[in-house]
Amino acid sequence: MRLQRLWTNRTLLLMCLPAIVFFLVFAYLPMPGLYLAFIKYNYTDGIFRSPFVGWENFRFLVINGDLARLTINTILYNLAFILIGNALQVFVAVLLNELRRKWFKKIAQTFLFLPYFISAVLIGLIAYNFLSYDYGVLNSFLVSVGLDPVKTYSNPNIWPFIIVIVYLWQTTGYGSIIYFAAIMGLDHEIVEAAEIDGANALQRIVYIVLPWLKPTFIILLLFSLGGVLKGNFGLFYNLVGANNTMLYPTTDIIETYVFRTLMNNFNFSTGSAVSLYQSVFGFVIVVTCNWVVRKTSPDHSLF
Amino acid sequence: MEQISRSIRSSASERLVRIVGYGFIGAFALACVLPFVLVLGTSLTSERSIQSNGFNFWPKDFTVFAYRIVFENPNLVVGAYFVTIALTVIGTVIGLFLVAMTGYALQRPDFPYRNRISFYIYFTTLFSGGLVPFYLLMTQYLSLKNSYLSVLLPGLLTPFLIIMMKAFVQSIPHAITESAKIDGAGDFTIFRKLILPMTTPALATIGLFIALGYWNEWYNAMLFLTSDVEYRPLQLFLYNVITRADFIRNSSAASNVPLRDMPLESMKMATAIVATGPVILFYPFVQRYFIKGLTVGAVKG
Repeated sequence: MRLQRLWTNRTLLLMCLPAIVFFLVFAYLPMPGLYLAFIKYNYTDGIFRSPFVGWENFRFLVINGDLARLTINTILYNLAFILIGNALQVFVAVLLNELRRKWFKKIAQTFLFLPYFISAVLIGLIAYNFLSYDYGVLNSFLVSVGLDPVKTYSNPNIWPFIIVIVYLWQTTGYGSIIYFAAIMGLDHEIVEAAEIDGANALQRIVYIVLPWLKPTFIILLLFSLGGVLKGNFGLFYNLVGANNTMLYPTTDIIETYVFRTLMNNFNFSTGSAVSLYQSVFGFVIVVTCNWVVRKTSPDHSLF
Repeated sequence: MEQISRSIRSSASERLVRIVGYGFIGAFALACVLPFVLVLGTSLTSERSIQSNGFNFWPKDFTVFAYRIVFENPNLVVGAYFVTIALTVIGTVIGLFLVAMTGYALQRPDFPYRNRISFYIYFTTLFSGGLVPFYLLMTQYLSLKNSYLSVLLPGLLTPFLIIMMKAFVQSIPHAITESAKIDGAGDFTIFRKLILPMTTPALATIGLFIALGYWNEWYNAMLFLTSDVEYRPLQLFLYNVITRADFIRNSSAASNVPLRDMPLESMKMATAIVATGPVILFYPFVQRYFIKGLTVGAVKG
């Protein structure tokens, strides 16, 4: 019976086979490698003969404070990205919808989406154009108005602002598309009826458009909150630079830390311990968020 | 009387929204483009002018010297271009085919394994082994270090694009597949002869996402392609020009320009323009496809 069902669906199964093998190799095979988190890995003994140390790697990360610092940094950055980002995206979408000149709207949209399509490396270079101590536009401006130039790349306190601003710069335009599309789905008759009843532009936005966007906003917010423990490696690594230790206190996130344990310290076990922690807690957070989505709007839940 | 005051109030708020709208959107749109102008302007400025005036939107002392240096080391830039174009073309063709085929099979209502396989794919976004095991797998078990396959293979499929393809194909009535089955067509034939031609806009969208991913790929290249590889993909090449002094030294030797005369800063910008130019020139013509992909995904979850 079972075999027969496999046989009748053989073509469709074969069509899925490349994808099944792909995810098996590149996503599932590395998972057992998280066993590294429980051993003291050394190169000569390899995975199987390195000594088993239990929770020692985690204990070490908790005691030296790394885990807490990384978690706080990663989560705070993501919260700023998600909350400010979505609010700004709604703002942009609502304003775009109010513009009447077609050509202006078209050109503005093209410009707004552009930063989303460039590589993380170029993002880092653009930031350098503004922030470089010797040649940056920021310091040229400060000097021209009689202020002292700032040493951006050695001042950790300003980096949360820089990183959030760059993130918003890159993603707001493209992210506003979803909200803009949602506004397009709004029934024109409702808007017209409100206008006949004397609603002005502000009232139209506050009482009709924003409430209409509320479900989309909440769903997107919950989805993004599911990824609150996942960092954007490319953005942080290219903005901060590979070895700028002075900025680590405020810019080090889980991804950059794990990257360094691998490439600089060859401390595979510590890196794996952080990754395992990230995966397990990230999983719990996603499942929780999805549970909330299913409660509020069953159609949108992922599983 | 009341009618008049209301219409005055209404036009005032109308005007306010319009002023804020054009003002804010206009300013934001400019802020999105000006950084590119800054990079372009600096790439065309002489090093001496940069040292005294800093980076500038408009070149005060115009020169194409930086571009000359970049292209006088032709095996590096041309090689990087060649590697990136090859990876983009091959990866997009194979990836697009696989994404489309998987997406079609997984949305067939009569395919009993569709939910299980969908979850198997989706689960990889929820839980991952992290960087270290992935790195060890790629380098020690698959021996992909210093192989272009280390960049090509991991970028072929993403759960996001498979889900997007499913959402696209769902808009095609299942009756088409059913009637073709009654006529005796096999599943793969239906996919190839019927579904593929009907989903060209979807394929364009997904293909562009894959292509953009390969063009901007830098992470896997940085992890797996070390200095033993002669030609790196463009973005890694750009990264090296920005961050590594030895790259500048090599260019200096190759172009017979003494190291102290090398246009260090404008060279970075010129390389960035060369590496990003095609995307910026091409992008306005295809942006609607990127928009379509996002809205389809949003509607269908």
